[in-house]
Amino acid sequence: MQTTTANKSVFDVKDLNLWYGSFHALINLNFSMYKNEVTAIIGPSGCGKSTFVKTLNLMVNMIPNVHMSGEINYNDKNILNKKIDLVELRKQIGMIFQKGNPFPQSIYDNVAYGPRIHGIKKKKQLDEIVEESLKDVALWDEVKDRLQSAALGLSGGQQQRLCIARALATKPEVVLMDEPTSALDPISTLKIEELITKLKEKYTIVIVTHNMQQAARISDKTAFFLNGEVVEFSDTNQLFSNPSDKRTEDYITGRFG
Amino acid sequence: MNSRVADRIATGVLIGLATIIVVLLVGLFSYILAKGIPNISWSFLTSPSSTVQAGGGIRDQLFNSFYILFITMLITVPLGVLGGIYMAEYAQPGKITHFIRSCIEMLASLPSIVVGMFGLLIFVNTIGWGYTIIGGALALTIFNIPVMVRVSEDAVRSVPSEQKEASLALGITHWHTIKTVLIPAAFPGILTGAILASGRVFGEAAALLFTAGLSTPKLNYMNWNPFSETSPLNIFRPAETLSVHIWEINTQGIIPDVEEVANGASAVLVLSVLLFNLLARWLGSTIHKKITASK
Repeated sequence: MQTTTANKSVFDVKDLNLWYGSFHALINLNFSMYKNEVTAIIGPSGCGKSTFVKTLNLMVNMIPNVHMSGEINYNDKNILNKKIDLVELRKQIGMIFQKGNPFPQSIYDNVAYGPRIHGIKKKKQLDEIVEESLKDVALWDEVKDRLQSAALGLSGGQQQRLCIARALATKPEVVLMDEPTSALDPISTLKIEELITKLKEKYTIVIVTHNMQQAARISDKTAFFLNGEVVEFSDTNQLFSNPSDKRTEDYITGRFG
Repeated sequence: MNSRVADRIATGVLIGLATIIVVLLVGLFSYILAKGIPNISWSFLTSPSSTVQAGGGIRDQLFNSFYILFITMLITVPLGVLGGIYMAEYAQPGKITHFIRSCIEMLASLPSIVVGMFGLLIFVNTIGWGYTIIGGALALTIFNIPVMVRVSEDAVRSVPSEQKEASLALGITHWHTIKTVLIPAAFPGILTGAILASGRVFGEAAALLFTAGLSTPKLNYMNWNPFSETSPLNIFRPAETLSVHIWEINTQGIIPDVEEVANGASAVLVLSVLLFNLLARWLGSTIHKKITASK
């Protein structure tokens, strides 16, 4: 498992284990995610990849009967420590879900939602944040004339980009994406992929994907999950061209999964 | 019998039952209106009721009905919505929650006359308010709370969990998420619950007989001081509502025009409920459109 990087690590996962009740869902995970890189998590359904990404912002705590052991060090601070401030953590770590989930409010209010509640009241400052966030996701030109109309009136791909803008508006450092294109058509998917490549200049991205071509296209590092374990973690090019584990090879050549 | 025949029979029976309901409703409604509307006049609506002579109106009763409705909803809606939020968002599944739920359901099935007797015991006698608007409103609150809690809980639960997750993932606290995402999204459901509860308040007589009383003091509608004896806004005065008035004149009225007054009052009651529902729905959808930015 060798990786090459000049960047500093944002997440260091050490001996992470997670149980749903008595089911051991994540087993002894050890790997790191680096600043301004895209880390892809691939693997068959039920292998724990969504669970893993939800541990990074502790959304996993919403599920009853979950317990964890080990460490997840975010900027050298263990977030599994009980004293962690969830509000602060989730402000820094944005999350995008499988299906675009805008609030039933206007486009503007969706993007301004996080900053407003986190204390930004000035209209001018909010306007700037909204514009900047929508430009970041290449949605500004499509919606600038109808910022006050309903977000739910947008197309699926636009809704997903709006959700990304909403997450960016709180100025996060990391953006977690849980199969962000699985409900989208190929053109919208392409737009999101282009967006991810651009976003990594400013943000660190962890993306769960079902689609191996997608992982190969957009990520710098890839972790292959199987039955709750990380089978292989390395540079994306290497993992796809020269996998070191037989199971990785079987998976990426389509022999199972 | 094959399934196609069974299907046809079932469809026929259901359509038949639906028709019966519609016919009953239309029949009742038009009967009440046909009998009542000829008795409604401007002076009927604006003059106080009389005790012996013919020609009394329903001014005070009409005002009392709306005022008690207003006070009741002022107490019921916040309590009911907060209770619903608690049940949907905070209550952990388990024995205690189960117990609370049983209590709410039991409260919902209490006969209103029992609630009235309870009000008589507590508000009228023990606390010693006598017959008051606030006593009536609290009695009505008791039996409207369960509906309000139930409806609010369902409305909050039916908000897609993705929206709650989206908000929490932005670092928004649970309470802020409830306030800014769940309640606005649940608003139409909560409004429907409030309208249903209002209908019950309008129509209720039994619970008010012993709490708000059968009489109304002489009111001066120019007096807006809520602490004054003759002010209509005073919540510590007795207040006979329209429903109670209809019951009262039919059972113990000695005016010669009992039937005319009762019919007119019934029509006014029905129309008020209808008007109130339409208004509440219009207001609700306006507010909802404003929050959701939908056209």
